Amino acid sequence: MSSSTAAERGTGPDPAAMAALDSHWAAAPTLRNWFATVDHKRIGRRYLVTAALFFGFAGASALAMRTQLAGPEAGVLSAREYNQLFTMHGTAMIFLFSTPMLFGFGNFLVPLMIGTRDMAFPRLNAFGYWVFLFAGLFMWASVPAGAAPNGGWFAYVPLTDERHTPGLHLDVYTLGLLFLGISTTAGAINFIVTALKLRAPGMSLNRVPIFVWAIVATAFMVLFALPVLNLDNALLFLDRRFDTRFFEPERGGNVLLWQHLFWIFGHPDVYIIVMPALGIVSAVLPVFCRRGIVGYPLVVFSIVAIAIISFGVWVHHMFATGLPQLSYGFFSAASTVITIPSGLQIFAWLATMLFGRIVLSVPFLFVVGFLVTFVIGGFTGVMFALTAFDQQTTDTYFVVAHFHYVLFGGAVFPILAGIYYWLPKITGRMFDARLGRWAFWLVFLGMNLTFFPMHVSGLLGMPRRVYTYSGGLGWDALNVLATVGAYVLAVGLLLVAIGVVHALRRGDPAPDDPWGGDSLEWATSSPPKPYNFAVIPRVRSLHPVWDPATAESTGPGADEDRILAEGRRTLFTSEFDGRPERAVEMPEETLKPLVAAVGLLVLFLGLLFAWYWIAAGSGALVAGTLATWLWPPHRAPEEAGMTT
Amino acid sequence: MSGRPDRLGTTAGDLRTATGPVGLVTEEPVGRSTAWWGMTLFITTEGTLFAALFGSYFYLRFQHGAPWPPDGIAEPELLLPLIMTAVLVPSSLPVLWAEAGIRRGRRWQLRAGLLGTLVMGGTFLGLQGIEYSEILREYTFTTNVYGSLFYAITTFHGAHVTVGLLMVCWLLAASLHGSFGTRRHERVRVVGYYWHFVDAVWVAILFTVYLSPRL
Repeated sequence: MSSSTAAERGTGPDPAAMAALDSHWAAAPTLRNWFATVDHKRIGRRYLVTAALFFGFAGASALAMRTQLAGPEAGVLSAREYNQLFTMHGTAMIFLFSTPMLFGFGNFLVPLMIGTRDMAFPRLNAFGYWVFLFAGLFMWASVPAGAAPNGGWFAYVPLTDERHTPGLHLDVYTLGLLFLGISTTAGAINFIVTALKLRAPGMSLNRVPIFVWAIVATAFMVLFALPVLNLDNALLFLDRRFDTRFFEPERGGNVLLWQHLFWIFGHPDVYIIVMPALGIVSAVLPVFCRRGIVGYPLVVFSIVAIAIISFGVWVHHMFATGLPQLSYGFFSAASTVITIPSGLQIFAWLATMLFGRIVLSVPFLFVVGFLVTFVIGGFTGVMFALTAFDQQTTDTYFVVAHFHYVLFGGAVFPILAGIYYWLPKITGRMFDARLGRWAFWLVFLGMNLTFFPMHVSGLLGMPRRVYTYSGGLGWDALNVLATVGAYVLAVGLLLVAIGVVHALRRGDPAPDDPWGGDSLEWATSSPPKPYNFAVIPRVRSLHPVWDPATAESTGPGADEDRILAEGRRTLFTSEFDGRPERAVEMPEETLKPLVAAVGLLVLFLGLLFAWYWIAAGSGALVAGTLATWLWPPHRAPEEAGMTT
Repeated sequence: MSGRPDRLGTTAGDLRTATGPVGLVTEEPVGRSTAWWGMTLFITTEGTLFAALFGSYFYLRFQHGAPWPPDGIAEPELLLPLIMTAVLVPSSLPVLWAEAGIRRGRRWQLRAGLLGTLVMGGTFLGLQGIEYSEILREYTFTTNVYGSLFYAITTFHGAHVTVGLLMVCWLLAASLHGSFGTRRHERVRVVGYYWHFVDAVWVAILFTVYLSPRL
């Protein structure tokens, strides 16, 4: 492992400029600044920690369910409790863990990888985090209150309408997801604009790291998919609360509308979850193969292709609803076609491993775990693209096994690889590799032990979402295996958490570039300074850290217009070629994002408990906060361009 | 620009940078701003929301089958919606005029244009209120799916008009404060985009909700 430091590479303008940068960017460690921070690194860390917390809650729910299912006719959980736990497990893993966790990586890494000093909209970024936190607490608080969503993570009507599920359960679901959607949309817009306008000079589109491409493609998918879910939830809320008739067949409504809208969002969402995770793989894998990724343009192409095709496959979630055969043919074909770009990425990684010199480090182990499990999940996924097979196995444990291989394999393994890979950069501390290896083997074995038997119990006819089952149907031993696996998995994940805490408390200080990485986050200190780069690099290749010319550009003699030490400033560049356009002033710490997010929390609580005047009042508070937040700074007439 | 030696060792960086192709286009403001991109993407996602809403309208309508409107509800009256169209769609013009004004440094033109939009948008909302008071006597949003769709789509759009008007009020207040000029008027531009979007959505509503049941 090479471990050069920034000082060796000669980074750093003169001490006066460094002191100026520090004074403009570093916030005093006060309580106010803790709440008011707009630093993408702190916000990114908070996303990671909060999403991990929600992962813990959702994982504990799963353990409770596996305990209940260990034997037939068990009485650990009542049916009522079980329904709420499996719904919250799915909803939280999808909405409150995967996407926010990956957005957390994006928040921390995108500005570093593209060589800039913050996100395009730092205050919006802080706002997005607070909204995510409050939406997550809003939903999880319903569990101890006994009012948690209980209609499954996709909440099909008519089960979820007011008549069949009275109470607040589904209102928590619809309002919670609408609330969270504000955060996700804000984050998506921020990622796209950041990646388009803030790249270091010279980073033309063909030099953008694949992780950033993946985040941007994901963000575009969010912008087109999420409004459809929001509409669906808004219509369900109106039906339940105000007696509109969208999903009520007696008054001309249609229950299938829910499923269509849900899956028009829901299938792209699978890729919204997996795509940034694949981006992590494309960042981690080549570094431990000691070479650049094979077929960079093809990998980028496949990312864009998946983002587009994923909008044309939603009906494969509805093969058992009795739609016209012709539409099944179309969606079956599209679902088969989308495996081609996915396969392209797999082969690009395999070729990178084949042509590289593999270093078997802890992050790489998790990448291998990803490859194995994700391919198995993809394999059963191809089976589901065939309508006939789908209709035989839909709503059985075979489906549960399939999507856990896809999502645990496709998202959790890369996230764990990412945690180990970037921990030195994020915390400035090294982790214990032996502990990491133990964690990997326990997670890998536990995961397969949990989910592989579910393929078999599904084929033997065990339906998903049952809170118990009779003995003697041939499912007993398989369920015991799955439960044992779940506990092994939990121990493995606990070791990951212990490893992180151990690194923070006892870890050796991390060098700037412990792995010999190729992207720009390794060109700055660990952890990075508040301004990320003392000199904004001039990028000259796809692998800027492996390229002496780029490293030289941050050395002595760098242009003043890439140091920008007077004020809190960074550089705008052109969207395609990364030509320098102008230096811009970045915003400072502010409490307004927090105030706006609190206002939204009260607004959604008001809607939930039917305190509509309180909701209206907090809506006005949010609008007022936004008005002062975006109020144009006062400018002298000459500066604004007035000659008079 | 610094006069330090560049990579080729020359010190004539200043002159070259200023006269090179990059230097010539690097006059403030240059390129699209982050605000431009932010608003464009926001409108994109909002547009998708309305597209999904219209898609749901046609899905529910065709799954329902004839007659549409159902349950003996009369076909929508056209007179008032056409007047509303005549008020709302041209309200984009004063925004454009206001923006053109501030680009030339005419603050009075900015203020007058924004005020014009405010009046026209307010009139539209007033007319919508009159329309509701008539139609509510015939059916409400709980009558059947047609009523739910009608009120959901038009109210949702009305809410967007309201937000747009709040933005225009905010711009007007800021312009009285004197923050805009030939070089600094990005906020005027992006609020203008939002207002045009709200207008365009209305045209789609006119065709979907008011005209298509007559087909």
